[in-house]
Amino acid sequence: MSTVLTVKDLSLMIGRERLLRSVSFEIKKGEIFALVGESGSGKSLTSLAIMRLLPDVISVSSGEIKLKNNSLFSLSELQMQKIRGKSIAMIFQEPMSALNPVMTIGEQVAEVIKIHLGLKKEAIKSRVISLFEEVALKEPKERYNWYPHQLSGGQKQRVMIAIALACEPDLLIADEPTTALDVTIQAQVLTLLKTIRAKRDLSILFITHDMAVVAQMADRVAVMRYGEILEQAECKTFFDDPQHPYTKSLLKDAMGIREDRKTADVPDKLLEVEDLKVYFPIKKGFFQRTVGYVKAVNGVTLSIPKGKTLALVGESGSGKSTIGQAILSLVPVTEGTVKFENQDLAKLNQTALKPYRQKIQVVFQDPFSALNPRMMIGDIIREGMMSLGVGPKKRALQDKYIRELLLKVDLKAEYVHRYPHEFSGGQRQRIGIARALAVKPELIICDEPTSALDVSVRSQILKLLRKLQQESGVSYLFITHDLSIVPVIADEVAVMKEGKIVEQGSVLKVMETPQHEYTKKLLKSAPKLPNSK
Amino acid sequence: MKLSLLWTDIMVWFLVISLLAWSWVISRSPQVKKQWHTIFKSSIAMASAIVLLFYLFFTLLDSVHLRFSAQSAESQSQTVQYEGEMVSLLDLIFAHNLKGTERTYSAPFATHEYAKSIIVDKRGTTRQAYLPLKYVSKSDDLMKKSLYAVFIGLIISSLFILLHIFWRNRDGFWNEFKKSWRGETLLPWRIAYLTVIFLVVISTWFYMMSFNYHVLGTDKVGGDVLYQSLKSIRTGVLIGILTTLIMLPVAVFLGVSAGLFGGWVDDVIQYLYTTLSSIPGVLLIAAGVLVMQVMMDTHPGWFETTLERADLRLLFLIMILGITSWTGLCRLLRAETLKISQIEFVTAAKAFGVGKLTIIRRHIIPNLMHIILISVVLDFSGLVLAEAVLSYVGVGVDPTMYSWGNMINQARLEMAREPMVWWSLFSAFVFMFILVLAANLLSDRIQTVLDPRNKS
Repeated sequence: MSTVLTVKDLSLMIGRERLLRSVSFEIKKGEIFALVGESGSGKSLTSLAIMRLLPDVISVSSGEIKLKNNSLFSLSELQMQKIRGKSIAMIFQEPMSALNPVMTIGEQVAEVIKIHLGLKKEAIKSRVISLFEEVALKEPKERYNWYPHQLSGGQKQRVMIAIALACEPDLLIADEPTTALDVTIQAQVLTLLKTIRAKRDLSILFITHDMAVVAQMADRVAVMRYGEILEQAECKTFFDDPQHPYTKSLLKDAMGIREDRKTADVPDKLLEVEDLKVYFPIKKGFFQRTVGYVKAVNGVTLSIPKGKTLALVGESGSGKSTIGQAILSLVPVTEGTVKFENQDLAKLNQTALKPYRQKIQVVFQDPFSALNPRMMIGDIIREGMMSLGVGPKKRALQDKYIRELLLKVDLKAEYVHRYPHEFSGGQRQRIGIARALAVKPELIICDEPTSALDVSVRSQILKLLRKLQQESGVSYLFITHDLSIVPVIADEVAVMKEGKIVEQGSVLKVMETPQHEYTKKLLKSAPKLPNSK
Repeated sequence: MKLSLLWTDIMVWFLVISLLAWSWVISRSPQVKKQWHTIFKSSIAMASAIVLLFYLFFTLLDSVHLRFSAQSAESQSQTVQYEGEMVSLLDLIFAHNLKGTERTYSAPFATHEYAKSIIVDKRGTTRQAYLPLKYVSKSDDLMKKSLYAVFIGLIISSLFILLHIFWRNRDGFWNEFKKSWRGETLLPWRIAYLTVIFLVVISTWFYMMSFNYHVLGTDKVGGDVLYQSLKSIRTGVLIGILTTLIMLPVAVFLGVSAGLFGGWVDDVIQYLYTTLSSIPGVLLIAAGVLVMQVMMDTHPGWFETTLERADLRLLFLIMILGITSWTGLCRLLRAETLKISQIEFVTAAKAFGVGKLTIIRRHIIPNLMHIILISVVLDFSGLVLAEAVLSYVGVGVDPTMYSWGNMINQARLEMAREPMVWWSLFSAFVFMFILVLAANLLSDRIQTVLDPRNKS
């Protein structure tokens, strides 16, 4: 097999700081080469260096990149422009921002063909349509005149792939192409990429942080950390026999092994939601008349036992976050009851709710927006205590309480006087957890708390949540779209689709023997590691 | 003699006192103090702040008004009669300039008038000649006097600096002095001292020269341009600061309410500012000023002096400007509040049962602060410039009041003369430019430091 891309001893510098340390790898024809690593490990920098799209402040201190036999660094900018798009194409993580919203998708694909191949108008159009067929976009002729906003996320990613394939490149760089997509759509896009590879004998540089996706896609794998490649191997040997300790821990974190828990007694129900309906009015016109309703949650019944975790699984838009908000009484309940310790929260007013606000707390998805950037960590944690009158009243004692809390979530006590921007994503998520814990809640609603985090950080946070549950007996409602973490954290699972719960039961039962079609489909779509159960 | 404060004087002093109180509050919180410390670590910010302080100093000098008792013949009468004119401290300092009014235009440091006049001599023949200026001493050596003035300026400024080093005295006076000299102090005091020296030397030189010359020339009726420019500082700074002060609470209150509460509150506020901002600003201001003008004309008894009258007109202008200029900031704040109120930390606060007012105070306002700050300073510069435009249209400050706008307005015709009279426009421009530039540079730095997103 001939080699398509050779990267040899590539080192990048910003000022005096080294970003990449002699990175070397080769990609052969028709091969999918996966570059794995956590955020900041230098995966995307490597791909930018191959495209020669590095920002000016970053300089190449040594190394060589060869496409077939051309050294890319010796080309002029004009020659490089011809290489980009024609010989090397790229698809990105966020298909929404990679497409121009004011051009039809057909025009956007046609533009690339026109620039690089210089075909006639009619020839271009027929080519675009055949490309759309190739990426399995339905009704390609009509879709030619559609605008990006009319397409779903998965369809947009298909258009991006069509643009990338337009000029028959030798190498396709896919930078986290499925991270922003739901599981079922991710599975479709991955299959599509594999089919195209087989059909065109295309080389793909696949950049991702998701080990399970790697296991499904790659022929060969390289693991990166701090700008260095730690390990490079064939996919099978990589998963069967990882060499580097970091790789081992990554694989272990991705697998999410948990010690078995004994379910000795049947505990009391802490929260019971019955036939919950949350409708959002659609308002239109001059006087804001209500013209219809969005049925976000449409008749949901679920219950959370004391000291246990219920995982609520579903794709984006299925209404799972709205359930969380309704339990927190942050959105009005249209119908149904939310019973917490036999008290219907939906019927209480703001003042009567206050004692229950202390008992139900929330941890958010995005650690960057969950903390007020203008407040110090100490004040962020203090806010709930002050508002709900929990914990000591004296400031000195409060400070002590907050410091203890920070230690409890494995942070340092002296962080009290720091601001959120000084912390990493995982640390911020710990602060968010400490904030919720400060008021000693009995139920914490975790709204996708790990989906914005790296694999190793994710497993740390999950571990912390489990530890806290064992210590204080708090219950969790764990909202997630990631099936791989469900067995790690949850005791029970509820699967949600279009505002309704389609299946509910203990983790073992649902994950091993799913009953509903949708659950089966979800479980089938989720990429799996080779040696997990 | 008695102290008689105008309305705007009271507002200025109130503002200064609240600024002092605020800085005292800041000095008690170590975090905020650290932030301001970071702001002044930039030498540009330091120099700009000192320039602004200089402007503020002149504003304050000009904001203490006195009325002298009249030298009447019947001194036995019980009630003390006061003169019709009020004078500020600045007027007292520049009393010689007030008296030394020339006949007409003269260039800076000139000894003769700028244009030839027809004179008839003893023999009855008429000829054209440059008449000598009345209040300029011809014999004096300009260089010698200048050097003397610079020397005095250096002494005064070094006195200030030595006092300041003595006050900062951390590890011995001499060590501190050496550190400042080499620029090794935490804050860029060397730049600060250089700015002070520069400003003090320039002003001493101007002041000492003003006894013998018209440093920046004279205007059409022989008034001293330097004096006019200095008097204009108060007008400019006042319009800039007080207008933003009036406009700010309205904009913040309405903008945040519209963004946070939504629904009909949002609708009402939106309709209000859309309507207001669709009326041309100048038209609205002109209408307001004319109404006020009529009101003042029908009640001449309201004012004892012409200065009070001019002052009230300034105050009204400030209010009208404030009422018409809140819409832009309000719109910005509404959009930003809408954005912030959807962010999860606000949801977290709601989940803690925190009240709406506390959410506004603790979560929303601090995150709007950088927008408020930057738009205040931009508005400040804009308002100083707007004053010039309004005076040009004739709806600005009172024509008797010294302002850069009035100076520029007059300079319109002077620019068309041949040879051109450039110094009025030039002085107004330079004074205004330095003020606006310093404000912009400082605000730039404040924004960079206070915006948490700029930190890496």
